[in-house]
Amino acid sequence: MLDILQRLGHKALSRLAAIGRAGQILLQSLVAAPQPLTMLPLILKQIYFVGVLSLVIIIVSGGFIGMVLGLQGYTILVDYGSEQAVGQMVALSLVRELAPVVAALLFAGRAGSALTAEIGLMKATEQLASLEMIGVDPLRRIVAPRLWAGFICMPILAIIFAVVGIWGGALVAVDWLGIYEGSFWANMQQSVDFYDDVLNGIIKAVCFGVVVTWIAVFEGYDCIPTSEGISQATTRTVVYSSLAVLGLDFILTALMFGEL
Amino acid sequence: MRMRTVEIGVGAFMLAGILALVVLALNVSGLNLSEQAGGYKVYARFDNIGGLTPRAKVAMSGVQIGQVTAIRIDKDMLMAEVEMEIFNDVDYLTVDSSASILTAGLLGEQYIGVVPGAEEDLLGDGDFIQDTQSALVLEELIGKFLFNKVSE
Repeated sequence: MLDILQRLGHKALSRLAAIGRAGQILLQSLVAAPQPLTMLPLILKQIYFVGVLSLVIIIVSGGFIGMVLGLQGYTILVDYGSEQAVGQMVALSLVRELAPVVAALLFAGRAGSALTAEIGLMKATEQLASLEMIGVDPLRRIVAPRLWAGFICMPILAIIFAVVGIWGGALVAVDWLGIYEGSFWANMQQSVDFYDDVLNGIIKAVCFGVVVTWIAVFEGYDCIPTSEGISQATTRTVVYSSLAVLGLDFILTALMFGEL
Repeated sequence: MRMRTVEIGVGAFMLAGILALVVLALNVSGLNLSEQAGGYKVYARFDNIGGLTPRAKVAMSGVQIGQVTAIRIDKDMLMAEVEMEIFNDVDYLTVDSSASILTAGLLGEQYIGVVPGAEEDLLGDGDFIQDTQSALVLEELIGKFLFNKVSE
């Protein structure tokens, strides 16, 4: 009985310690005196890896999700004779929910796992330790640019996802199913509000970007430096950040649209 | 040379993001920066406003000429008082205009339809539209129908 209790306590304590370490890493790498001149090229390179190379998967999945939404929305709405509302449905569901969430999930799979594996391997091959040895703070040199790149890229990716998705929806609804183009766009413009819908979606994307990159970087920095440890850390990154994104999405939606 | 491709890629990425935001703002949400010209306030009292909400449109012949800014109860007359903002360039609403609460389509949202009258005097800021027609409430309609059936 006491053994079980002890194990529970041990687990809780180590979890708490991990959260504390994660906070420490975030704080130390972000608050540490910024050096824009040395930092900027590093951030640019990370944006290239994290953002530009994720564009293909974001654009392809955004287009297909928009097309599916258009098709599904049409088959449901046509029963009520209000198939012009497809534009409104596609735009609202993309801008408010799907673009931030799906882009964040893809981002966690595409970029988060790579970040974890990269930093984990650096730790396993003792590159981080040798950086420290020559007097360079690995948090500032390795972790901070990756964090900033993630924060910057995620909202941009989500916006691109939304736009491509809406175009995909328009392609299916207008060009294939023959909904009148004017009412498709007019309905959409009437119901989507820039501040309430678009800006809230972007705020969501920023939050998800912070959470996903933070988890990815922390898991890499905190992993057990063996090949098995790295593989576990990568798995944890994808699982934890997906769960965190979905959970956080509910909270944010309740705060933004739930009229609380 | 390698750094150059990275920088070009990042630049294109940023540009794509900004362009996408502009598309979202202008094309999808219909954000219109120039049309913040404001307008003048006109009031109307209704027995029942149905499902009318603030920001609903005010239309004449189906063309938007303003929007509903506030809805409250007039304590003296115990009626709903709707405050509308009419665009400044709409300067042809006469004092005997009538306002009615209509529904866009079968399941659409409710809006206020204004029909101008024949007088020469025009509505100004703070004036009341006297001739109003309330929203159709489905339950009342069904109630009337049943009542007529029974009395036959």
